[in-house]
Amino acid sequence: MSVLVNKNSKIIVQGFTGTEGTFHATQMIEYGTNVVGGVTPGKGGQTHLDKPVFNTVADAVKETGADVSIIFVPPAFAADAIMEATDAGIKLVVCITEGIPVQDMVRVKNYLLGKPTRLVGPNCPGVITAEECKVGIMPGFIFKKGKIGIVSKSGTLTYEAADQVAKAGLGISTAIGIGGDPIIGTTTKEALELFMNDPETVGVVMIGEIGGGMEAEAARWYKENGNKPVVGFIAGQTAPPGRRMGHAGAIVGGADDTAAAKMKIMTECGIHVVASPADIGVTMAKVMGK
Amino acid sequence: MNLHEYQAKELLKKYNVPVQEGIPVDTPEKAEEAYKQLKVQTGNNFAVVKAQIHAGGRGKGKIMGTEQRGVAVGKSAEEIKTIAGNIIGGTLVTLQTGPAGKLVSKILVAQDVYYPGPNPTKEFYLSILLDRTKGENVIMYSTEGGMNIEDVAHDTPEKIFKEWVHPGGGLQGFQARKIAFNLGLSGEAFKNCVKFVTNLYNAYVGLDCAMLEINPLFKTSNDKIIAVDCKMNLDDNALMRHADLEALRDISEEDPTEVEAHKYNLNFVKLDGNVGCMVNGAGLAMATMDMIKLSGGEPANFLDVGGTANAQTVEAGFKIILKDPNVKAILINIFGGIVRCDRVAQGVIDAYNKMGNIHVPIIVRLQGTNAEEAKKLIDESGLEVQSAILLSEAAALVKKAVA
Repeated sequence: MSVLVNKNSKIIVQGFTGTEGTFHATQMIEYGTNVVGGVTPGKGGQTHLDKPVFNTVADAVKETGADVSIIFVPPAFAADAIMEATDAGIKLVVCITEGIPVQDMVRVKNYLLGKPTRLVGPNCPGVITAEECKVGIMPGFIFKKGKIGIVSKSGTLTYEAADQVAKAGLGISTAIGIGGDPIIGTTTKEALELFMNDPETVGVVMIGEIGGGMEAEAARWYKENGNKPVVGFIAGQTAPPGRRMGHAGAIVGGADDTAAAKMKIMTECGIHVVASPADIGVTMAKVMGK
Repeated sequence: MNLHEYQAKELLKKYNVPVQEGIPVDTPEKAEEAYKQLKVQTGNNFAVVKAQIHAGGRGKGKIMGTEQRGVAVGKSAEEIKTIAGNIIGGTLVTLQTGPAGKLVSKILVAQDVYYPGPNPTKEFYLSILLDRTKGENVIMYSTEGGMNIEDVAHDTPEKIFKEWVHPGGGLQGFQARKIAFNLGLSGEAFKNCVKFVTNLYNAYVGLDCAMLEINPLFKTSNDKIIAVDCKMNLDDNALMRHADLEALRDISEEDPTEVEAHKYNLNFVKLDGNVGCMVNGAGLAMATMDMIKLSGGEPANFLDVGGTANAQTVEAGFKIILKDPNVKAILINIFGGIVRCDRVAQGVIDAYNKMGNIHVPIIVRLQGTNAEEAKKLIDESGLEVQSAILLSEAAALVKKAVA
């Protein structure tokens, strides 16, 4: 099972022939991901990494039956790329691009309303179902197969969590990097919901950071609907208010989006919150009775 | 990116948003000239001198060591010149600048908006920002202008109104009218407010603002609606399509170390602690800061070196962190995925050897691809560098270093 992607997913790469697209598509193929082609406007008809290149996402879908797209196009054109994939009927769009103007994402979010497409990201490491399918830029070998799901706003912190979970004798079902921008496609709550409905996932690591209200929303939903244990961590307990900490969305704007406020709500909603990022793996093992 | 009031007002004028007129100057002599020019334009003896710094609370703030306020009214050329002389070159301390204050190198000599006329004047509040939860822009406004809006929100939340703008359709006429009605306006003032709000929203979108605040939004005695002050924050991600706006950046308002880090493509934020850190990834960087605190230290900085942690970036990171005399130890925390740990380790060793004079303990935690080889490289380098693989081991080493 797992969520969002598996060995049957057919993936196309938007921005296929660029430096980033080429490098990560190669890594994805090596991991065993079923990459069926790519899109670079103006290079349709060519072959790249032994896969066909198309001018449009619609052409790629028609010829390959692709249902998942991963986007590596530069920030100025990324919003357009997401909408093109949505229009072509792609079911899951994973946008890796960092630095998309926020007003572009306001338009994208509105465009997606009422459409069957799910967006993950932007500014995220992607989605990986361990030892099956990698649609992202994460180092695949860290994600040992198992039954713990991960949802995270941060890239390297996802790897850290996956590594700790593996060292604790557990493994990963699927890890979803949802991204650190102010406006993103799939929210923490939506990712948590996917894991709660996945029979192959028995526990979830939920990693958030300062800024916004997604973790609180997820925690409140979990309190009513949760059916498996969640270990939570919020990065930025020591971040000063009003300063942006790397991620465009990581800024404390009020009393409710500090790390402390989020950790309190999560704890009240039954999530096992750890103060130190070094304790994610051991706490999950304890919760799972290992 | 933050702009000065005078820069923001110039931009608003391009969108036909009426503003309090003014002339930016940097010497008392030029202030005197500006006053004379304004007097001809407005026929008014009064003018206002406004210190230009990237912080609010200027009207209540004082120039360090004096009783001079950051915003002051004068009614003659001599008086304006004296006030300008008091402010320019002084350090303005406000509630928002902190006790260190900010050096004032420019002032705005602005028109007095309280000129006499047939109707009473009125101050309002209006801002436009992103509602992250809804994914829409929201116009927030209040009849209580000229005050701290956080206080209004806390004490009288019923006096704050919000109008969400549909991302597809944009701001509609009925919404602009609703705002003007809720502010209690009628007649000419009502019409002027509708125009003001419509044009201001166009400016917000056209300039890719992250936040645009008009406080006070002012109704003059002859029913004009103008922006008396303006706080404008631009979306850094959108500057790629606004080369003209990037040119408005005032680096003297930014921390010099952060400006230097920016040159090396390092994401750096200066903090007040005693343990420096260098990390790949923003989330892990914040998490590392938290871990430093839990280990008994205080983080001296946030530093995300990004995806390529090589000898050059590590060396730049060392230099930037070591500028801070409070730093008692440095923790390097790299989770090597695509980037191999042994390469990072070699980078650390090379940078360390090149620097030659690092007098604080260095703790290097490398995990991921080739972590064992990396640890061996560090341990056999003969340098005063401690190595770790697990995050918990690194935490223990930090604890020892700050004890």
